[in-house]
Amino acid sequence: MRGRAVVLSILAVLVSFVTAHAQPNLVVGILHIGSITDAGYNQAHAEAVEVMKKNLPGVEVIEVENVPEGADAERVMENMIKRGARLIIAASFGYLEPALRVAQRYPEVKFVHPGGYKRAPNLTTYWSSTPEAFYLMGMAAGKVTKTNKIGYVVALPISFFLANVNAFELGARSVNPKAETRVVFTGMFLDPAKEATAAAALLDQGADVLGVIVDSPITVVQTAEKRGAYSVGYHYLGAQKFAPKGWISGIAFTWGTLYTRFARQVMDGTWKSENILGNLSDDFFTIAPFGPAVPAGVVGLVNAKKQEFIAGKAHPFQGPLRDNTGAERVGAGQVFPMTDLGKMNWLVEGVIGQPK
Amino acid sequence: MIAAFARSLLSGAVVSGTPLLYATLAELIGERAGVVNLGLEGVMLVGAVAGFVAAVHTGNAAVAVATAALAGGVFNLLFAYLVVTRRANQLATGLALMFCGVGLSALIGARYVGRQVSGLAEVPIPTLAEIPVIGPALFVHDVLVYGAVPLAVATWWVLYTTRWGLALRAVGENPVAAFAAGKDPRVLQYQALFIAGMLGGIAGAHLSIGVARTWAEWMTAGRGFIAVALVIFAKWQPLRAIAGAFLFGGAISLQLQLQALGVPISPFVLDMLPYMLSLVVLAVWGGSRRHAAPGSLGRVFQGSP
Repeated sequence: MRGRAVVLSILAVLVSFVTAHAQPNLVVGILHIGSITDAGYNQAHAEAVEVMKKNLPGVEVIEVENVPEGADAERVMENMIKRGARLIIAASFGYLEPALRVAQRYPEVKFVHPGGYKRAPNLTTYWSSTPEAFYLMGMAAGKVTKTNKIGYVVALPISFFLANVNAFELGARSVNPKAETRVVFTGMFLDPAKEATAAAALLDQGADVLGVIVDSPITVVQTAEKRGAYSVGYHYLGAQKFAPKGWISGIAFTWGTLYTRFARQVMDGTWKSENILGNLSDDFFTIAPFGPAVPAGVVGLVNAKKQEFIAGKAHPFQGPLRDNTGAERVGAGQVFPMTDLGKMNWLVEGVIGQPK
Repeated sequence: MIAAFARSLLSGAVVSGTPLLYATLAELIGERAGVVNLGLEGVMLVGAVAGFVAAVHTGNAAVAVATAALAGGVFNLLFAYLVVTRRANQLATGLALMFCGVGLSALIGARYVGRQVSGLAEVPIPTLAEIPVIGPALFVHDVLVYGAVPLAVATWWVLYTTRWGLALRAVGENPVAAFAAGKDPRVLQYQALFIAGMLGGIAGAHLSIGVARTWAEWMTAGRGFIAVALVIFAKWQPLRAIAGAFLFGGAISLQLQLQALGVPISPFVLDMLPYMLSLVVLAVWGGSRRHAAPGSLGRVFQGSP
């Protein structure tokens, strides 16, 4: 009996020794609003975490999918903290309030939140300004369209989405004064069957380019290709394979570098609360390579504009701008500030659609 | 311009209405046997994912539809076991089945997000497809679209002219009387629910490999529940279900068409259109539904007294 006890205690010591060495340098918790295989928004965050893990092998990740916004999110975050998490990525807009409440209770834990409009001493907000990219894709689409009609299938009339559509139309019109953009809102972040019907409706109205702002672009891109139209993707660059002929371009978020930076900062103690707003020169998103439908001359034109945006010599919302009811929104010589995108509740002249 | 609008509207109505009609017939057959199935949404999702997975691996649309039907049927047998054999509460079991279907389909489908399928091909019907406006709107679709209305007629024929249909309706009205007449209500309910599951599975497959040609979690987006409501709307009559499903599909199509046309009405108001239309129709055609619903709907058959 005694010998057995000795062996057991040796084993226990060995096990604790081994586990002590396997202790990660940092535990990161991430909450997703949906499934990480949505070929869209959630997958982008999940892939970014994979990039972070690859860059920082000592980091362990607790990942929870389909967490409802609200009290459930708070509970999941507290659970992660109890399991050792010292950095929490609250990867959905609606996690802001729960994250702020948990952040107050656990001042030693760092929180990061995408798109948040409030901060705390231990909560950083980050987002990337996308209108410049939509402006560039709009330029390409404006050059490619033959009917001068572009259709956009959009989930809901949310300010950030309206801003993207506005920038797209302004980009299209900058190279093609006749280009108009028609918007159909489906009322759902993801309802592929309804998106297919909406896409068909836009094509029937004469659109020959389709863009999409819903969780996954696959259905709209595919519908456009089937009907011989061009397409502009969002969220998931893999959608390109559904449109070998008609693909123009698309953008997707790539948060990997930023997440690596957050984790490294927490580990070496240099993390501080910030409001990070990336732009074209950061690598917070990727613009997909232009498809075969876009002529080389147009690619050159777009890239020149891109450099102007990066150098600060151009702005996608350069006044004078009128909305689609004719009211002036931005005066001559002024710009609509990127920090106010959350207040953009109108659609620019040339967009056919109702913003509310 | 008007012709293009009409063609697009009709075509959209047919495409949006088809999965609703299959789903409505599924629910209707089960309810005619006295069983309310609130889990239809889950059955559709299981069918949608099974059809999509089969389409990815075989590339054969017929195999995919058959797989979806079988998966939906088998999944619904689970429901049948619980409510018929175990005599569980139908409403609670149905809701549990719904969530089970959501989770199961998400689990199976996770590896198939972003996969490409050729899906159901559009088969233009010769001659008919040449008719202006109506031809391209109604006769350039996949086979499941063409099959939906004949299936509703067949359902009516089976329910009202065959012995099996009579027995099924008898079970829904009064299972004790049916039992006394020598029909085992449990057997008929199992049969009805298997067929209902198959139709629910086909409804889901039409979404995943017919309309959207993609798999996404919870891609039925509430259509299973709309079908439950459409059964009431149709007063449990298969032929009225045709009108209900395509009226609702038409309203979905209309609101999207109006937006594409640039009509100055709020998208929020337009999104309510199908539901408002349903309310109007129910109010106008309301009448008495006391005699429309099967007499023993939702009750548990406890065996012969």
